[in-house]
Amino acid sequence: MSNTEKVLSVEEREAVKALLFQLADDDFLFSYRASEWLGLAPHIEEDVASSSITQDTMGHSAMYYMLLENLGAGKADDLAHLRPAEERRNSVLTERVNGEGYYMDTPQYDWAYTVVRSYFYTQAKKVKIDSLRNSSYEPLAEVAIKVNMEIYYHLMHWRVWFEQLLSSTEDAKVRMTDAIKLVMADFGDVFSYGDQKEAIERFDIIATEEDLEENWILAITPMFEKLGNDLPVVPKNAERNGRNGEHTRDLVEAIATLSEVYRMDLSASW
Amino acid sequence: MVIMTEDQKMIYFMKRIVAGEKIEADDWMPREYRDTLIKLISMHGMSEIMGALPEKEWVPKAPSLYRKLGIMAKVQDEMGHGQLLLRVVEDLLKPYGKTRGDLMQDLFNEDLKFHNVFHMETKTWADAGLIGWLVDGAAIITQTNMLGASYGPYAKALQRICAEEVFHAQHGEAIIMALAEGTDVQKAMVQDALNRWWPSLLMFFGPESKATTGTSKQEATIRYKIRINTNEELRQSFLDKYVPRILSLGMTIPDETIYFNEESKEWIYQQPDWAEFRKIISNNGPRSQARLNLRRSSYENNAWVREALSAKVN
Repeated sequence: MSNTEKVLSVEEREAVKALLFQLADDDFLFSYRASEWLGLAPHIEEDVASSSITQDTMGHSAMYYMLLENLGAGKADDLAHLRPAEERRNSVLTERVNGEGYYMDTPQYDWAYTVVRSYFYTQAKKVKIDSLRNSSYEPLAEVAIKVNMEIYYHLMHWRVWFEQLLSSTEDAKVRMTDAIKLVMADFGDVFSYGDQKEAIERFDIIATEEDLEENWILAITPMFEKLGNDLPVVPKNAERNGRNGEHTRDLVEAIATLSEVYRMDLSASW
Repeated sequence: MVIMTEDQKMIYFMKRIVAGEKIEADDWMPREYRDTLIKLISMHGMSEIMGALPEKEWVPKAPSLYRKLGIMAKVQDEMGHGQLLLRVVEDLLKPYGKTRGDLMQDLFNEDLKFHNVFHMETKTWADAGLIGWLVDGAAIITQTNMLGASYGPYAKALQRICAEEVFHAQHGEAIIMALAEGTDVQKAMVQDALNRWWPSLLMFFGPESKATTGTSKQEATIRYKIRINTNEELRQSFLDKYVPRILSLGMTIPDETIYFNEESKEWIYQQPDWAEFRKIISNNGPRSQARLNLRRSSYENNAWVREALSAKVN
């Protein structure tokens, strides 16, 4: 890492941190939700494949939290486990439950929702990573290059699922169409930087919100044309903006679970 | 080409077994050999898949980013082993016209059983470490015993599985060491986990003889050179390897009577409750029905996905 090469101004440093919290929390929550599927995917081969993606994604969030640690934001593990919901900056989309029920009981998770969320989210991540590879903040650009190598396969995986399920039985099409509506209802903050928009966009750390959204639409258009489905519309004003710490009950519950052991003794080594 | 009678085929087959040759999926094999393999490998494969469930309970809760990554990889491996083994069974099932779907149904109907350890409850993070360290440690002992199995496809799958199990045992040992060298609460947590898991670990290798539970595969599996040692010999190897390690971490073996008899060169220990073992493996253990229900309900819940994938669409 070459984060010592350039001395950042206070404003720039704060802008980088604001963006890193969004990226780290997004991948962390997305991976957490995926990990609840472990052992329960539609078939064994998928379980192996998607848990590989889940691990990669957790690894990406760990790299972002490490960049934050290097910037003096606190210990990576504390950042991942201890911050309450109102301090989290992930998109609401990533915190939503996979379906009904708690993972420790007998949940009825929705595979259609998971496929749609994963494809749309991963495509959005790809658009961001493409921009971050040219980030003015070099340590982040270096991480983006690593993430880019893995995300290629993640995106391919979810595209295949999306296309197959939308080209199959009527039942599958109905489920997928419903899932698209559900996912898009939460898409309003995916490309948002919240109240940090001006600061984040000022320093060329990443492209503007508008550019990212446009690139995402461009990237998914061929798939929708091929399937003959209407292009989804990104909501203009998110009902809740996760980038400003506006979250759902789902996130509060997820944090309680994922930090249950870590919180038992903060001075202990696990 | 000489046409052999069934008896001649059997004589030729046993010659190959005795000579240490590998039997492959398309080779002639006696029904008893095929059925023994199907029972053994389907139980092994399903145990890997059911075994993912107790550990997955701790994946979201793992207490650091590093541990989250480690345990995710570990449970993923177990599912991968399940997949590898079910593929081996699928080939063996072909002459019977059965498929993986039938194996799932056998599990749900409770005709196909899974290992005793995976019927047990997990209560704390220490259980996640202990499963990796000692359950996988026990599995390494039973599985390396079959690395030279006469059935080639199983032996090949085991090569890879054992290599990964070694990582799992190290992953589990690292969790246990952090706890055993940690705070008083952590130390108590790990001792409590050992106390609860000890009888299950002894049971893992199966009863010493068929007299205990009524049935045992060990005679047939040894005769056909699928495995080398008896259940008791494997259990003794486990005790040889792990009793000193457990003690060196400052833990106590939850059996006051256990000692190593220098004359007979064997561990003398308190027998686990074999009646309880019978109860557990017949799906009446503490978490048997809950885990089966989880597997059943996720299978039913995702039935539409399998239908969608197999549908012929214009």
